[in-house]
Parts: sequence; C-alpha cells; structure tokens
Amino acid sequence: MRVNWRSRSVWWGVFGGSLIPLSERLYQMFWGDLGTDPGKTLTESLGTIALCFLGMTLAITPLKRWFSLSLVHLRRMQGLFTFFYASLHVGAYLLFLADWSAFMDDVIKRPYIFVGLAAFLILLALAATSFKTMMRRLGRHWKTLHRLVYPAGVLVVVHYAWQSRGDYTTLFIYSLSLLLLLSARLPQRVFHSARSPEPE
Amino acid sequence: MLIKHKPALSEAQVTPKSIYVDRRSFIRQTLAGTLALSGLGLSVSPALAAQAENPSRSAWRQKLASPLATMQKSPYSTTETPAPLKDIQRYNNFYEFGTGKGDPGEHAGGLTIDPWRVVVEGEVEKPGSYMLEDLIKSHLLEERIYRLRCVEAWSMVIPWVGIPLSALIARFKPTSRARYVLFESLVRPEEMPGQRSLFSGIDWPYQEGLRIDEAMHPLTLMAVGLYGDILPNQNGAPFRLVVPWKYGFKSIKSIVKIGFVETMPPTTWNQLQPGEYGFYANVNPAVDHPRWSQKTERRLPGGLFGANRIETMPFNGYAEEVTSLYAGMDLSANY
Ligand code: HEM
Repeated sequence: MRVNWRSRSVWWGVFGGSLIPLSERLYQMFWGDLGTDPGKTLTESLGTIALCFLGMTLAITPLKRWFSLSLVHLRRMQGLFTFFYASLHVGAYLLFLADWSAFMDDVIKRPYIFVGLAAFLILLALAATSFKTMMRRLGRHWKTLHRLVYPAGVLVVVHYAWQSRGDYTTLFIYSLSLLLLLSARLPQRVFHSARSPEPE
Repeated sequence: MLIKHKPALSEAQVTPKSIYVDRRSFIRQTLAGTLALSGLGLSVSPALAAQAENPSRSAWRQKLASPLATMQKSPYSTTETPAPLKDIQRYNNFYEFGTGKGDPGEHAGGLTIDPWRVVVEGEVEKPGSYMLEDLIKSHLLEERIYRLRCVEAWSMVIPWVGIPLSALIARFKPTSRARYVLFESLVRPEEMPGQRSLFSGIDWPYQEGLRIDEAMHPLTLMAVGLYGDILPNQNGAPFRLVVPWKYGFKSIKSIVKIGFVETMPPTTWNQLQPGEYGFYANVNPAVDHPRWSQKTERRLPGGLFGANRIETMPFNGYAEEVTSLYAGMDLSANY
C-alpha cells in the first residue's frame, strides 16, 4: 500500500511538473515578454521542450536497467506530454511563424520541416493508440507500432541537425543523449526481445 | 576550462564578472543537457544578465565623445522608424559569443574594446597598424538609418553612426592591384566563448570581403556607433562594417584587419556552406536560400499576433543606388 501511495504521489508530482513549461509559455505570451521575435522564440522553446519530454520518455528504460529505478508507470504520461508539446510547437509555427504567402515553397524547400512532420505523425499515431482500448484492439501489433518511438527520436534529432550551422555543441549533446538512450535497448533486443511486455 | 588559461590581458582588463557569467552559462548548458537526459529537463531560459559596463567601454566612449558630438545626419537615411535599442541589443547573430540570438547580449559585455588596433595591409601605399581613434578622428561621423536584412529572413531598422568606408580607403591609397578588400574580426577566445567551443564549424577569425567598387560605394559604412553612442559590444564594437544592400553576415563585426588584395578573398559563411552563402550575398527576393524562401521577411521587433511580415525588396531597397555595380552579372549564379 505504501509503495502504491508513493508512486501515485510521484505520478501527480511529475504531472504537475510537466505543466510548468506550459504555464511559463502562457505567462510570457500574455503578461510577459517573448522578446524581439516572439513567434520564433515561442516555436523554438516549445520544440526544445518537446524534445526534452521525448528524451525523458526514452530515459525510463535505461533508468530501470542501469539504476534499478522503476518509473514505468510514468511512461505513458511522458509520451503524451511529448505529443502535447510537439503539437503546441507545430501550432506555434503555423500560427505565429510560418509565411503563408510562400508556405508550400518553404515546406518543400526545407527538408527539416519534412523530417519534423514525419516525427510528428509518428507521435500522433502513438498518442492515438496509447489508450487501453486501442492497446487491446491492436494486440501484439501495438508493441511493434510503439517501437516507432525510436525512429521518431532519430527524426527529431535530424530535424534539429538540419537547422544547425556554425556551431554543433547542442547537436552533439542531443545526438549523444539519443545514442545513450537507444543503446540501453540494444542488448535486450538481441537476447530477450520476445519477452519484453511493451516497447521500452 | 577557462580558469587555468592565463589570459593574454592584464588581470584588471578581464573583468572577473565576465568569467563568472561565462562559467555559470557553461554550468547551465551542461545542466540542461544532463537534465534532458535524466528526466527533469525543463526549459532553461537564459535571462539577459544585466552587466556593469566594463572600463574599456568608458575609455573608448571618452575618446569618441567629441566626434559623436559633431555627428551629422545623412541623406542616405531611411525614414522608417528604427528598432528600439533594447531589441537591437538583445537579438544578435555574433557567433563569437554563441549561436543563440540572446548569447551576444549575455556574453559580450566583458569584451575589451579599448585600446583597439586595426592592421591595414596588402596592396596599399600606407599599410600599418593604426589606433582606431586615429582612423576615426579626422572624419565627420554621420548617422545613417539603414535597413538590415538578415539571411535568416528577418530585418531591423538601425540608426548606425559611422564614416563611409570610401573615405578610409582613400587615405590608405590602394594601388591598382587592389581589386578586393578583406576584413577580419577579433580572435580572443578568453573573451569570446563561441571561439572556445569544441564543436564550432567556423575556423576563426571570421572573414569577409567586398569587391573594391562595392567597398568604395557611398552607402558602405564603417560603423562605430548606434543611437548616437558607441556601439554596444554585441553589435560589433568598437568598429564594424555595414553594407545595407547585402545580407547581414557580410557586415563583419569587431574588425581588426583590413587587407587589399588582387583575388577574391575567402569569406567565412561561403567557406562553411558554399551552396547556401555566396560571396556577393546581395539581398534578392528572387533567389531563395536552399532551405528557406527569401521573398518576405519579419520586420523586428514583431508581435506574436500579427508578426510584421513584409515583402523583401531587391538589394534591400537600395536597388537604385547599387544596381549599376552588377551590370551584366547573373545575380542568381552570383548569389
Ligand atoms: C509538423 C511538424 C513540425 C514542424 C512543421 C516543425 C517546425 C519547426 C520549425 C519551423 C523550427 C525552427 C524554428 C525557427 O527557429 O525558425 C523547428 C525547430 C525545432 N523543432 Fe520542430 N517542427 C515539427 C515537429 C517537431 C517535433 C515532433 C519535435 C520534437 C518532438 C520538434 C522539435 C524541434 C526542436 C528541438 C527545434 C529546435 C529549436 C531550437 O532552435 O532550439 N519539432 N521546428
């Protein structure tokens, strides 16, 4: 019972914490200062937040494997927050940054937008199938589908890489983190793939 | 890291504050990375650190006081409203101080801008190493309110203070072999955190160049000030180029060398990504950047609702003055 109580309060704590970036953005939008180029600032910060949440979602397995810290009950929530902030990122881009007069032109010209879109569609599919009924309905395909979170991670880093120029420090940090997070899956994939109950 | 490194400047010149601010940002960066990894990564938004002015700025301001007092208005100024100083100071591309738009505002405060020497070399009769004040003081400073169009599709109106580059060039007496002018920025990693980055793609110093006729054009300005004061460090203090009909990256900052050469000099962004940034880099809505459209621009500062999106003009609106420089040239091949 005690463990259960503790893990529930952790759940709510993390839930509340995950809303902090949202409240910060809302505050800046309506009462504060988003700086000289608000559309760009908002879009970029929401993109970075979405990326962090994706990282946290992917960190749950390594935390369990390497540090015996089980936060598995937080995984779905973190995944959904990833999708939530990614949607806000895309929404901010469309509403506050995109140049509608040259929109298609821009999208076609910018492979990084395509890559972001691909990542976003994966996140959308995962969010849409994250509920119990869908899990049941998809059966064993559910697991296969949700393994798409790994390519989504790669696509997001590529989305970032294609925008980087001049200095690659942040790109290095993102790539290294992703490699680390994905490497936690490798041995298990090789040895016990069939037994893992859900994508990790 | 930085601490072990003995700066080439005296202890008094490098403000401890700059080191402190810098170290904090390093920690913040590392922390942000670690947090993203470990599962608590909230956005760490760097606040513009208010900095006490460094002594070299006060010294330089004093030297420039009388030229600034006699500053003239220029007929080349646009009538558009200049961006507020606050925005000009907090939205910068100056990779020597970091790649974020806010990084220069945060990290450039400690840059020592006085004394400042400019080396003039190459195909000129009067090469030498000049004190900046000696280059400036015999000229009348002009205020020139110019549009600045960044290659990233934003723009600002900026009230520069400076002297026409042509006037400076005339006193160096270039020879007939001087067909191009090259410029180099300061390299001083101990004051420029971007130059200490292990993952920088740029091979410092930052370099730029102009054809001699572009350099001699009356619109081409060497700026030393902004809004009637000396240049803020993050805007390229103490001495920078302003070429208003070209994308902003041509307007090289914190210049320490001007060279006169016979062949087209290498330029930083062109070397980094030749397919994206040309030597000429004239503002041209008809030639898109490979990764985005150049047809329109966001005039900054903008609001969230109703960003000031405006059409980009050929040569940034200076076509009447400069088109003749490029007669007979294919501007989409020479982007
Ligand atoms: C339809 C999908 C997407 C579109 C259209 C899109 C669009 C953009 C645009 C336009 C930018 C650059 C903003 C600028 O600086 O001008 C950007 C940056 C970024 N996006 Fe996306 N994006 C998409 C999906 C995603 C997803 C799914 C993620 C992460 C989960 C993501 C994470 C990021 C990150 C981290 C940045 C960089 C922010 C920075 O510069 O620091 N994006 N995106």
